[in-house]
Amino acid sequence: MLELKQIGYTVKDETGKKQDILKGVNLTFGKGISVITGPNGSGKSTLIKILMGFEKPTSGSILFDGEDITGMSVTDRARKGFTIAFQQPVRFKGITVKKLLELACGTKLDTDGMCECLSAVGLCARNYIDRPVDGTLSGGELKRIELASAIAKGGEVFLLDEPEAGIDLWSFEDLVKVFRKLHDKIVIIVSHQQRILETADQIVLFENDKVITAGRKEEMFEKLSQGRPLCWRIGQEN
Amino acid sequence: MDKIDEELLETIADLHGVPEGSFNIRKNGKLLARNSDSDVEIVSKKDKDGIDIIVKPGVKGKSVHIPVLLTVGDFQDLVYNDFYIGENADVTIIAGCGIHNDTCGDAVHDGIHTFHLEKNAKVRYVERHYANGDGSGKKEFMPVTKIFLKERSSFTMESTQLGGVTYTDRKTFATVGKDAQLIVKEKILTDGDERAITDFKVNLRGKNSRADIVSRSVARGKSTQDFHSNMIGKNECFGHVECDGIVLDSARIISVPKIDAVSPEASLVHEAAVGKIAGEQLLKLMSLGLTEQEAEDAIIKGFLH
Repeated sequence: MLELKQIGYTVKDETGKKQDILKGVNLTFGKGISVITGPNGSGKSTLIKILMGFEKPTSGSILFDGEDITGMSVTDRARKGFTIAFQQPVRFKGITVKKLLELACGTKLDTDGMCECLSAVGLCARNYIDRPVDGTLSGGELKRIELASAIAKGGEVFLLDEPEAGIDLWSFEDLVKVFRKLHDKIVIIVSHQQRILETADQIVLFENDKVITAGRKEEMFEKLSQGRPLCWRIGQEN
Repeated sequence: MDKIDEELLETIADLHGVPEGSFNIRKNGKLLARNSDSDVEIVSKKDKDGIDIIVKPGVKGKSVHIPVLLTVGDFQDLVYNDFYIGENADVTIIAGCGIHNDTCGDAVHDGIHTFHLEKNAKVRYVERHYANGDGSGKKEFMPVTKIFLKERSSFTMESTQLGGVTYTDRKTFATVGKDAQLIVKEKILTDGDERAITDFKVNLRGKNSRADIVSRSVARGKSTQDFHSNMIGKNECFGHVECDGIVLDSARIISVPKIDAVSPEASLVHEAAVGKIAGEQLLKLMSLGLTEQEAEDAIIKGFLH
């Protein structure tokens, strides 16, 4: 169980004026898929960064299975089972796909192991193992490899920031299969895509006015379909 | 050959004892072992210290090892090695020098290498420099490499400085003929008070000549590195110079890439980027469970891979 209590995150803008990115966020994530959705700039990615420890909240606390992990480092969270797939995958000059996956799973990988990680994201290991994780790979390829590194690492809490971005639509079903395999973990996905929202057990809606609503998928779909500004994405796709 | 020799040979040339095929092992200015055959002939120079390596035309798939070991201080080893690569030959030459200096006197190796590639010849030249030893004496390399490439020939140079080298000043000159190509992959790691200077001068003289120089360097501690390149396009040609450097601690990297399109048909590109490790790279690896130090090491190892 991952609990956020009164999480706030405030930054100063260019003029030195304080700006709240997150304010008084109270959320609970249990096992299963939670999808966070909402407009750009509403603080979704910031929340993911705070959960992984990339940013420290300016107020509030984070409890994981009852333990306060608010001040815990990225490395320690990773070792505790927190796993992230970046929205913008990081590029490395010289580090190969194989090396990255080995760093992720903490052991040497043979061909079968490589295939297992990469086939889950629709890539053939043979074509990628010796390629560097750099600009020679397309955006979609980097995104899949990013997801593969999260799968290779494993863990108890998966933080996936727009995992579908840059991935072609026909591969969506495979992507959904990847999420479903993680059903016994805490999976938090930031997404705008209805097909990913449909996989959710819980939907968390962020709005620009810092209002956050969370509920079961069915309740939230009803809320989303009632119009108001929430209909911004689902309304379009229907 | 003692244990220190064996360790140095393994580090600089992946050798476990005496290699197969043609080789020349030089230690402290003297010949330690040599094998010369009819395909690749190795002969001592008569007018100065050094050897001529003559690869006969059409010889393919052969490798030549010419490592140099320096295990004493107060010694400057100046050697001239000339390589003559016959038409259509295709060989790998593994050079490199290892210094082990436990003394307070300086150990210096000056290797002057000249390559003459005939038409359609192909060479992969691997050179590693490495030094160790606890003495206060300096461990220095001053290599000069001259490369002359005739029509359709190809020369790939993989030069690596692995660490421990107090001072190095490397000069590389190349003249690239018609349809010929030069590829350079340079990797340098410096630490402490070490200093490394590399200087490339490439003349793209022939029509459709090509050159690609990629230098990757990591400077740690208080070390300094200088990268200079001067690529001159005198014909319809393509040249690319890339210098990527990672600086850590209070180290410094200076990159001065110069390109000169003498011919309006020349296409020359240079790229240079020097800076610390990107924060997001560290975060990504830390999010896989590595400590910051482990992440830094993994990034550097990959970068210099």
